[in-house]
Amino acid sequence: MASEPIIELAGLGKQFHTANGPVTALDDINLTIEKGEIFGIIGLSGAGKSTLVRCINFLEIPTAGKVLFEKQDMGALDEKGRRMARRSMGMIFQQFNLLAQRNVLRNVCFPLEIAGVPKAEARKRAEELLCMVGLEDRMKAYPAQLSGGQKQRVAIARALATNPKVLLCDEATSALDPNTTKSILQLLKKINQELGVTVIVITHEMAVIEAICDRVAIIDQSHIAEVGKVSDIFSQPRSRIGRQLILGDAVDNVSFSGTRQIRIIFDGRASSEPIIANMILACKTAVNIMYAATKDLGGTAMGQMIIQLPEEEAEARRITNYLSTMKVPYEEVREDAV
Amino acid sequence: MQFDATIWSMLGTGILETIYMVAMSSIFSYIIGIPLGVILVVTAKDGIKPVPAVEKILGIIINLLRSVPFIILAIMLIPVTRKIMGTTIGPNALVFPLIVAGAPYIARMVESSFREIDAGVIEAAKSMGASTWQIIYKVLLPESKPSLLVGAAISVTTILGYTAMGGFVGAGGLGTIAINYGYYRYQTDIMLITVAIMVIIVQIIQESFMKLSKANDKRIR
Ligand SMILES: Nc1ncnc2c1ncn2[C@@H]1O[C@H](COP(=O)(O)OP(=O)(O)OP(=O)(O)O)[C@@H](O)[C@H]1O
Ligand SMILES: [Mg+2]
Repeated sequence: MASEPIIELAGLGKQFHTANGPVTALDDINLTIEKGEIFGIIGLSGAGKSTLVRCINFLEIPTAGKVLFEKQDMGALDEKGRRMARRSMGMIFQQFNLLAQRNVLRNVCFPLEIAGVPKAEARKRAEELLCMVGLEDRMKAYPAQLSGGQKQRVAIARALATNPKVLLCDEATSALDPNTTKSILQLLKKINQELGVTVIVITHEMAVIEAICDRVAIIDQSHIAEVGKVSDIFSQPRSRIGRQLILGDAVDNVSFSGTRQIRIIFDGRASSEPIIANMILACKTAVNIMYAATKDLGGTAMGQMIIQLPEEEAEARRITNYLSTMKVPYEEVREDAV
Repeated sequence: MQFDATIWSMLGTGILETIYMVAMSSIFSYIIGIPLGVILVVTAKDGIKPVPAVEKILGIIINLLRSVPFIILAIMLIPVTRKIMGTTIGPNALVFPLIVAGAPYIARMVESSFREIDAGVIEAAKSMGASTWQIIYKVLLPESKPSLLVGAAISVTTILGYTAMGGFVGAGGLGTIAINYGYYRYQTDIMLITVAIMVIIVQIIQESFMKLSKANDKRIR
């Protein structure tokens, strides 16, 4: 199936006017989200993720640029048109946002009531959805009687009630423990595959992106830092924020402005032994690979690699000690020797 | 003094008149106060349909009415009361100023109940395409029901207090009895009995609304 855009953001910007002057939450965001994909948006707190997702369904009116939903300019719609469009875009939240005074079944009926669906029909649809999310035995329970994971399942069933084409998830798993997170992510994947719903996942956790997303956009300080297939970005983050999110803080804290470099010689060890990776794991620091020429010759690794040591004396010493202990030959080289 | 049948029947009438005034004015104050509370919340700067001018002006009117002590308000309103109710004495005459004082009070109580609702829940309703009107009657009102009932306990007892002051303008009810006997005739015993009856009525109002609120609150497991 040829990919076809479902949501297009063009030059999207959002500025808030506060008592302390204007705050730019989004600036020149350009993104295309394809029909049927699971698209992740990741960024640190305050990066503008929530604002971005709220601009997509126009809960927040952008101050610049356009949002196209199935080629339809959301900004050109009147209030009623926007409400109709929102019914095609379900949304779930970190705090679930269920109606506390309604039981589970009536919570799922809520969007259908709003859309004017007859009661009996709404009830039937709600029951189906609750079966799909695995809550058929809790229909009469009230939100206060449910666990976080169960509440999010209700919220998902509710968001899907009106048969939306897109499901917007703003930190949907951030209030859940790791196991519950996993099961909710699996449910989102199932919804994507079985119902063909395009899913947009907002998160600050790389693990969430890794678990279910096809493509990801990294947002940093109101801007898109990079966009791409999850596998590409994971193997080669180009932006500084991307490296930070994927590799963790270690990378950023290590400074390589020093000039100490060493040459590691591969003299015929089993090529299956990941020397450099083991060294990094054992020393818990990063190294900068300046040059590498290794070959796998019949199962043994031959060649050499030049790495730059961290500026921090103690970290550099950990690496040289490790190499000595592991009996990996190395020698210190001057920079101009490379 | 003797507690003869006349005094008991006078107290009985007083109780009925007080209940009548409290009930009538509470009902009408709520009929006016709830929509005012809704308007305050909906038109507020952070509301569903911000119209800051409306909220400002309504807020000022409410504050003005709330800052006049009830008894003074009742006296000031006498000419209007005469026009509207056709009389300036008796329970019916007091119901009008009671509503004028009660409605803004209730508007503020309702406003604060609505403000307790999590903004996220309203956001969720919006994300489903709910209109302002749908948010009002499907989210704001039902979700704040327990809180509205707690507020009612406070509002209705406040109105009960106002009716007692109505004794000074000859409104009838327990307040008039307490003032006539305790203040003008120094018959402290009758005044004390009316006070005791008022205390019991306050207890009953408070307890019933609290029970109703609890019975209606699904947030409790
Ligand atoms: N209504 C508002 N008024 C003023 N500033 C706002 C408003 N909403 C968001 N902002 C600002 O916009 C920026 C982005 O906020 P946003 O909530 O989109 O961040 P986020 O990436 O979702 O963060 P988090 O991970 O903490 O949820 C922040 O600087 C925030 O203070
Ligand atoms: Mg957020």
